[in-house]
Amino acid sequence: MKKLFLFLPLALFLSISILLYRGLFLDPNRLPSALIGMPFPHFTLPSLDSPSDILSSADVKGRPALVNVWATWCQSCRQEHLMLNKLADQGVVIYGVNYKDVRANAQHLLRTLRNPYRLNIEDASGTLGLDLGVYGAPETFFIDAQGIIREKYVGVIDERVWQEKLAPIYEMLLREVTQ
Amino acid sequence: MIPELGLFALILALCLAFVQASIPLVGAWRDDWRWMMLARPAAWGQFMFLVFSFTCLAHAFLTDDFTVAYVAQNSNSMLPWYYKFSAIWGAHEGSMLLWVLILAGWTFAVSLGARQLPETMLARVLSVMGIISTGFLLFLIGTSNPFTRILENIPADGHDLNPLLQDIGLIVHPPMLYMGYVGFSVAFAFAIAALLDGKLDAAWARWSRPWTTVAWSFLGIGIALGSWWAYAELGWGSWWFWDPVENASFMPWLVGAALIHSLAATEKRGVFKSWTVLLAIATFSLSLLGTFLVRSGVLTSVHAFATDPSRGVFVLVFMLTVVGGSLTLFALRATAVKSQASFGIWSRETLLLVNNLLLSVAAAMILLGTLYPLILDALTGAKLSVGPPYFNAMFVPLMALLMAASAVGMLTRWRDTPTRWLGRMLAPVLAVSLLVALTVATQHDRSNWAVAGVCLLATWIMLAGLRDIFDKTRHKGLFKGLPALSRSYWGMHLAHLGFAVCALGAVLTTVGSVEREQRMTPGTSIKLGAYNFAFNGVTQLQGPNYIGDRGSVRVMKDGHEVAMLHPEKRVYPVQQAIMTEAAIQGGFTRDLFVALGEPLADDAWAVRLQIKPFVRLIWLGATMMALGGLLAATDRRYRARKIEPTLNAGIIE
Amino acid sequence: MNSLVIAIALSLMLLGNSMAAIDAAEFSDDSKYQRFYDLASELRCPKCQNQNIAESSSPIANDLRGEIHRMLSEGQSDEQIIDFMVARYGDFVLYDPRLNSRTVLLWLGPSALLLVGGVVVAVIIRGGRKVRSGTSNELSDAERYRLTDLLQESDRLIEQDT
Repeated sequence: MKKLFLFLPLALFLSISILLYRGLFLDPNRLPSALIGMPFPHFTLPSLDSPSDILSSADVKGRPALVNVWATWCQSCRQEHLMLNKLADQGVVIYGVNYKDVRANAQHLLRTLRNPYRLNIEDASGTLGLDLGVYGAPETFFIDAQGIIREKYVGVIDERVWQEKLAPIYEMLLREVTQ
Repeated sequence: MIPELGLFALILALCLAFVQASIPLVGAWRDDWRWMMLARPAAWGQFMFLVFSFTCLAHAFLTDDFTVAYVAQNSNSMLPWYYKFSAIWGAHEGSMLLWVLILAGWTFAVSLGARQLPETMLARVLSVMGIISTGFLLFLIGTSNPFTRILENIPADGHDLNPLLQDIGLIVHPPMLYMGYVGFSVAFAFAIAALLDGKLDAAWARWSRPWTTVAWSFLGIGIALGSWWAYAELGWGSWWFWDPVENASFMPWLVGAALIHSLAATEKRGVFKSWTVLLAIATFSLSLLGTFLVRSGVLTSVHAFATDPSRGVFVLVFMLTVVGGSLTLFALRATAVKSQASFGIWSRETLLLVNNLLLSVAAAMILLGTLYPLILDALTGAKLSVGPPYFNAMFVPLMALLMAASAVGMLTRWRDTPTRWLGRMLAPVLAVSLLVALTVATQHDRSNWAVAGVCLLATWIMLAGLRDIFDKTRHKGLFKGLPALSRSYWGMHLAHLGFAVCALGAVLTTVGSVEREQRMTPGTSIKLGAYNFAFNGVTQLQGPNYIGDRGSVRVMKDGHEVAMLHPEKRVYPVQQAIMTEAAIQGGFTRDLFVALGEPLADDAWAVRLQIKPFVRLIWLGATMMALGGLLAATDRRYRARKIEPTLNAGIIE
Repeated sequence: MNSLVIAIALSLMLLGNSMAAIDAAEFSDDSKYQRFYDLASELRCPKCQNQNIAESSSPIANDLRGEIHRMLSEGQSDEQIIDFMVARYGDFVLYDPRLNSRTVLLWLGPSALLLVGGVVVAVIIRGGRKVRSGTSNELSDAERYRLTDLLQESDRLIEQDT
């Protein structure tokens, strides 16, 4: 019996090792959104396309959509833009949050690179970004027809990411509507 | 050509390490002295080849050989030569080479310095170290070869050393740290050899004690330098972050401190043998765990190396082999006998047990806190952070208990101490300490219970030490008695004093620091504490491999100039990095700390000003602890060896 | 070209719009500044490696500092500010994790270990006293022989030492 105690350190070490092994395949920088399952935050902000129009959270409700946080100062957003255009062509609903940007720059970019966004919220001071828990751009939120945030993806969406990870989520949201 | 020779030397060193790991071990098992005799030459050869290999890498750095990928990534022709040299261990591959070099150095030292060991014991010790060396050399050659050449598109200049590492502290910090980490492999090897031998006894403890103490001292110096570097170089005046990388070095230090105390009990009284062996294994295991944490990327840290999962898997498998193997050996060979010697409640044995308990719990707590985000993520996928508030809340009470116990520990005697005598010795010490604490609590306007508490405990340790010194010399008189005291005795007192000083500095700084982050235009001044800080604007700065701005802040106190401080904001164009070089005017009672923030409109700057009382006591105390350890390790009884074999024969056989 | 200009340009490029933070840190009274600094030190910057938002120079840390400043100026409590951050960024931003079912092992583990260790130490000390008073007869002859051997050795060492 007493001998068993001597195996205690070994047992402890082995269980720590298993966790460390699992840890090797986890990303310590991955930070899931705290807003998953929560309604899209309330806001009243101007539209980027026509600043006299005021948008609110009611405007992003109604159907499953991607809400993409972007800015012209963000280099990787530009890279992502082409993919978003492609998705918009396929009929994916994408709303934009133009995060802490200069209006003229953003409008210029949309004119030259084409506009994949159904509508664009101009969040010049970053208040909506803060409420969304954004800590960098690009970030993309998935909302369902009731305007509930269901998923968040941080980083550039490319063909591979869309096919492997994100398309299934979007299709699931679409299926929920038809059911 | 030279880098290829360096790699070739590494491979030869690996071959010798393999010989050293296997043949003497088999020899010890078969009792064949010829096989055992191979251990020494193999260790020497290995060390020689690693010195050569390291010299090759140093040559590549100093001659700006950017065809070597590692040099191209971590050096630059504009870099001053001393940073070129220290860039050798500025990233993963080179620091691994330094690691195996130091391991070979320790092995070499053991083979020379432990001549009084029985041949079987030495063969086993060197073999165990050979096993460790084999593993790390395989790791180095297999996953992290520092000599890899760039065959195409050789860069015209290097990518430069990370500016954070361009600091004097960082030249010395990693070698010291590795001296400690790797040095614990000696204690580990002794423990494994003793387990293989089946004899855990006082002789074993005596042999491994000085090695352990030296390794612990180096690790302490390494940690203190790291803390100093964070204070001076990270630009915010914090000296300890409880960052995973810091914790990775702090855990083996704490368990190493427990081991040193436990070894004393095992050597002097033959008690707690299995526990001491377990601590020796744990100390080195935590060193390996630290290597894993820092180099695998499982935890986020400011200081982590660029990571690669294959490296993580390698270190984990290696750790599983070495630590898993040794703990299995421990479970099979160690005895569960409680204690074979007698001791009373107020004996030194008891106090050493209390010391071990507190230090082990502290290390376990840090391990738990460091790994908890990982554990939770692995089990539930939830994210959380464990930071300074948690560690401080847990660590401070444990250290307070340890301080309270260590004063008693110094005065108690082996086996038993007459309670009345102990009371008589400690009562005046306690009275004076209480008086000091009370005076501090009532006199000082900024003080609080933490300050009073740390003054109480620090005085308690210091006076108890003095009381013990007076007691030890009472027969011969102070002047005749003092020189007769042994070095290990002085080392013990110096280290305990250092502990008190360090604790004092940590608490006084944390409680008493004042700081202000302020927008300042040239010509304006701010009053902070008793000092007046006047900002005189910035001038341009041109360094060897950076450009920047140099601010001038005149510090006045009572109308007199105390200091002219020049904080810098540097831009390292090659690395596209911005560095904040704080200007510090040091002093025993306080540091004045000025750092530049960002440039603002109208020539104004964000300026961060701090007054940090007694902050230097932290590093002074840490240095005293390390010096105490080194002093104790040079004690006469570890050096005078000529007569020992015959005297010790009874235990060895 | 003027190196200062390069420096400023570079720093602006790398730090983004971080200028607001410094103005934000100015308060009318010292106690508010202390609360500001304490809060910013206890909150982890969500994008940085492992830094609190008081010390990080990343744009998001600057924004969050600004937010703390705004909420403090509006007279909100520390609790409200922390809840605000957790609602947006999750428990990850707390360096001081809250006690709940997930963190119970973290918070109570060390104390439990200390308690168990204390009991073990107490048992060992009692064992040591037993041997002392001669009531222990669990040692075999061989062990007894080794014990006397060791005791003689350690006595010799003690004499040598003092």
